[in-house]
Amino acid sequence: MKSYLKISAAAAVLIALGACASQPEAPPPVEPAPPVEQPAPPPPPPPPPVAEQPTGPVPGSLDDFRVNVGERVYFDLNEYRLDSDDQEILKLQAAWLQSYPAVRIMVAGNCDERGTREYNLALGERRASVVKDYLVSLGVDPSRIDTISYGKERPIAAGSDENAWALNRNGFTQIVSGTTS
Amino acid sequence: MTRLLLALVMAFTAAIGLAPTASAELKVLVEGSGNFQPTPLAIPDFEVRGGTNTDLARQIADVVRNDLESTGLFEMQNPASFIQKDLSIDVQPRFADWKIIKTDGLVVGAFEELPDGKIAVSFRLWDVYAGEVMRINGQPGRRLTTTPDNWRRIAHKIADSIYTRLTGEDPYFDSRIVYIAETGPKLNRVKRLAIMDSDGANQQYLTPGTNTVLTPRFSPSAQEITYMSYEGGRPRVYLFNIETGRQELLGNFPGMTFAPRFSRDGESVLLTQAEHGNSDLYIMNLQTRQSRRLTDHPAIDTSPSMSPDGRSIVFTSDRGGSPQLYIMNTDGSPRTCPSGGRDVACRITFNKGQYSTPVWSPRGDLVAFTKQLGGKFYIGVIGTDGTGERLLTEAYLDEGPDWSPNGRVIVYFRESRPGAGPQLWSVDLSGRNERRLQTQTEASDPAWSPLLE
Repeated sequence: MKSYLKISAAAAVLIALGACASQPEAPPPVEPAPPVEQPAPPPPPPPPPVAEQPTGPVPGSLDDFRVNVGERVYFDLNEYRLDSDDQEILKLQAAWLQSYPAVRIMVAGNCDERGTREYNLALGERRASVVKDYLVSLGVDPSRIDTISYGKERPIAAGSDENAWALNRNGFTQIVSGTTS
Repeated sequence: MTRLLLALVMAFTAAIGLAPTASAELKVLVEGSGNFQPTPLAIPDFEVRGGTNTDLARQIADVVRNDLESTGLFEMQNPASFIQKDLSIDVQPRFADWKIIKTDGLVVGAFEELPDGKIAVSFRLWDVYAGEVMRINGQPGRRLTTTPDNWRRIAHKIADSIYTRLTGEDPYFDSRIVYIAETGPKLNRVKRLAIMDSDGANQQYLTPGTNTVLTPRFSPSAQEITYMSYEGGRPRVYLFNIETGRQELLGNFPGMTFAPRFSRDGESVLLTQAEHGNSDLYIMNLQTRQSRRLTDHPAIDTSPSMSPDGRSIVFTSDRGGSPQLYIMNTDGSPRTCPSGGRDVACRITFNKGQYSTPVWSPRGDLVAFTKQLGGKFYIGVIGTDGTGERLLTEAYLDEGPDWSPNGRVIVYFRESRPGAGPQLWSVDLSGRNERRLQTQTEASDPAWSPLLE
């Protein structure tokens, strides 16, 4: 709606400019002014300045975390190191968690299907632990973070190809409690 | 328990076929050579002597035939080719009639319904070319009784007797397989503990599927399973009693516990605990409930399996950079490694690829494993000194071997191609006889029971 109004306004200006350019003669006589109308009631006051976007997630909510922070980091094949992309996401997670100190999280370590079950359980535990340690290094209280390994038991992509495997090798920060809604 | 009450074995008093043992007795070699040929056996339907239940008599013979054929060592002769129709367990067969259709071994059985409601099956095994009965435990035949609902056990015991008599190997048909029954879409899988007879009959679900359960393993000495469950949202190792359905948390470990396996004497459970991201091996005594840490290494150590003599443990570790198999002494003392030097854990896999899920053979000489190499998975075996690696199977995913009680057959699960659901398979140690085990649902993580009592 907003953008529509903007476009209309811009069009009006262009038309006005065009009129100026092509019609230098004197304007025709104006019609009599319309009767004065009652002014509309003033609009409600704007919301308090908390950077709230009327259509975005409520701050401190699950959606806020999911949309504005990011809940998963992705690992390379057979790896549990955090690359710079992962670290950026975890920095956002840590800052968010500092803003909402009542929130508790469970970090799940996940693996792709191209490993054996028991080794993957161990590898998932390593991945979850690496994520937890990084968040703790950024100041998040370790008592707020639990970890769990699902090995290859909780894929998020159903395919059996490189893309699906890459998505399924992840550390998943799940909010357990303490959100605002 | 009454179900499992299987009757005694009674010797025949009839004195037939007592001729001295011929020099060229029928003998089936399980290893076979390059031009392996299965041994032709004839097992006609059993004669119904008491009662009228010909269907049951035929079903019992069917199970015997199916068990023996599933080994890949025997070929069942087509009944349409049989010449002699008047077989009786009390009379010597006309060997010429069986030689002419090139039968090496002949099984003659009789079925009876007893006055007390039980059933009895008697059988004799004949060596057609030697022209004499093959004695079983010194007797010229066997007679087994049980309740009618337990008839399959009689059939498996008969098949076991014949298999053992002809191959010299220990029996394994009269046993069960526990596994994980899988249903639902890949992204929301339901996993239940399930059990069936070794031939796939009598499938039952033991857990409702509310919690994901993984990696069941049979006790070698009790009707008990150890497995991992996500009960209460925490992955931990449990004991499960098959007869009572009772589940019990094993130990009080602060971290995740997984990859359990009974020791060979059934008195302990080996498992893995992960704490602060690091997985190490533990052993817990089931009597005292005392646990002892076996490894303390920053690498992943998991999937422990004990040697039959209890002295050594084979396990998976990535301490060398990738998952490989290692052997340690159960008491933690250093050992002399086959690759040289002394260490608390000796690596035994040095070929290309990743190795995991080692399981020590009940005979003690081999370790079965899963190998991953070049986008494929393999089930293989290797000597405990790291020599003689042999790959038995290959697929998109072949994983999780476990041994039959006699150490001749390996059961595992397979995803035959990308996106295919898991199914149970078995393969003979020769690698010759790969077979699918039918299950009602998709299935994984099979584990073999010991021979039933």
